[in-house]
Amino acid sequence: MAKYLLKRLGFIVISLFFIVTITFLLMQAAPGGPFTSERQLPPEIEAQLNEQYGLDDPIYTQYFDYLKDVVTWDFGPSFKYPGQSVNEIINRSVPYSLILGAEAIFIALSVGVFLGVIAAMKHNKFGDYSAMVIAVLGISVPNFIMAAALQYVFAMQLGALPVARFDSFAHTIMPAVALATTPLAFIARLMRSSMLEVLSSDFIKTAKSKGLSSRIVTYKHALRNAIMPVVSYLGPLVVAILTGSFVIEKIFAIPGLGNEFVESITNRDYTVIMGTTVFFSALLLVSILIVDLIYGLIDPRIKVAGKGGSK
Amino acid sequence: MAQLNLKPSDFEPIEYSETEAEKIAGESTSFWKDAWRRFRKNKLALFGVVIIILLGIMSFIGGPISGYNYYSNDLINANQPPSADHWFGTDQLGRDIFARTWYGAKISLFIGLAAAFLDLIIGVFWGATAGFFGGKIDEYMMRIADVLYGVPYLLVVILLMVVMPQGLWTMILAMTVTGWINMARIVRGQVMQLRNEEYVMAAQSLGAGKGRLLFKHLIPNTMGPILVTLTLTIPNAIFTEAFLSYLGLGVPAPLASWGTMSDAALPYLQYQPYQLFFPSFFIVLTMLAFNVMGDGLRDALDPKERN
Repeated sequence: MAKYLLKRLGFIVISLFFIVTITFLLMQAAPGGPFTSERQLPPEIEAQLNEQYGLDDPIYTQYFDYLKDVVTWDFGPSFKYPGQSVNEIINRSVPYSLILGAEAIFIALSVGVFLGVIAAMKHNKFGDYSAMVIAVLGISVPNFIMAAALQYVFAMQLGALPVARFDSFAHTIMPAVALATTPLAFIARLMRSSMLEVLSSDFIKTAKSKGLSSRIVTYKHALRNAIMPVVSYLGPLVVAILTGSFVIEKIFAIPGLGNEFVESITNRDYTVIMGTTVFFSALLLVSILIVDLIYGLIDPRIKVAGKGGSK
Repeated sequence: MAQLNLKPSDFEPIEYSETEAEKIAGESTSFWKDAWRRFRKNKLALFGVVIIILLGIMSFIGGPISGYNYYSNDLINANQPPSADHWFGTDQLGRDIFARTWYGAKISLFIGLAAAFLDLIIGVFWGATAGFFGGKIDEYMMRIADVLYGVPYLLVVILLMVVMPQGLWTMILAMTVTGWINMARIVRGQVMQLRNEEYVMAAQSLGAGKGRLLFKHLIPNTMGPILVTLTLTIPNAIFTEAFLSYLGLGVPAPLASWGTMSDAALPYLQYQPYQLFFPSFFIVLTMLAFNVMGDGLRDALDPKERN
């Protein structure tokens, strides 16, 4: 187990190294320097700025400096907002995104699993059809359109929920629902087909013929086995929530990391773009590792450590 | 289940003769005919196909029949709600939304089709090569794909769009950089599986070369999964285009795409909701049509998977 963990961590470090290198090169290739979009600066001042930020060093020196900084988890200063470091921006905005993301994941999982189970229990009946209509719609309605529709109906027409910003629980409802829409639909479909498969297997027949009530058969026997594909979907789920946060946080004016990322793109604030990209990638790689470990924990048939299975 | 109309005479033994035994009862059907028969029964999937065809036609004739073009400003008639003159109303600059919607349809559909087509070419080539040769070649090729696959698709596309100049083709290229991997994985899996089939061995022992094996025997037999993946790639590309437009990385003005139109309309949602409604509605409709068609194709081509 320890060996497996070490191997996975090693893989994460290598992936991060590639990601850092590629983003660094991409940002170097980007047209214009960080100060070119400002009003024309006198050449002396520009030279001084370049020197202060180390931009007059040869590229390989800049690259190694950047690598060294990343290893110590220091992403350098923001070019657009002098006096702010990228670390400060990340630390300030991450809590908002985490709350929103956790809420969206909770909605997607609970409603998605519920719809899937309903659809499988009422196979080819009204419940099945309505759950699957919701699922197909959910996959076809992009999160940003869902966000605008929710804003229009619940905030502007009904006045039931605040339009934007992030001050109370009521503010989080609409962005979390919009973020959850597409993954929710995927989970419902996954859950339905997996549940149908499990319900037709022999041990369910055995459980039923033992005289267990259908409630116990469904929740104790079928659900626990059918939930596995949903657990393996957790990785893509995190990705969907994370990339979805770019537009959702922008539409709802939430000062989260997704919004900062979008802003840094609009401003061509290269250090912030690099820093947030590396942060996102690290977050994703670690959460995928955690999902894999959970997967091995809840299903003892799967040995995460691969062959041998000495746990 | 259809009602069977059984008569007592149906249960009487049929006359037996030598020649009768050799006769084949029904007309022989090919795999594709069979799939089409199943597909035709799926009302929802047929609906998807009809919608896609209609959207395709409208993207060409929609602009001309409105009598307006997509780029002319008419500031006196700005922000008109839908009326007899402007069927979908006008936008902030007085441009006719009906004309812009169908012009946008052309761009959005083009992006979807072009991205899917490039994914198809690269993915089939990469996946078929890796799956066919196996061994070290397979390992290296798929390792490269795995590394690229590890980074979220949208993040890669966004970073590339930051670096490259804005434009239609840049967007398509950015989507293709990691978009082909899914196709490659599916084709690889299929080819690896089919490679060990007896008919491939038969062809090989009859002297078929590698190229012939690949293009004549292996790839045609993976057409089903390829087709399904292709259909499901298109709505994804349309979604990505709109997503990028929301981040200000869309096609440059005055070109209209559904994404840029929705993005431009978002700040005026409260007073001119129709400006957002029309482009958003068509994004949803198109994605829905491609999704149900893709699902229908999957069910028709692989009935085992169906439940």
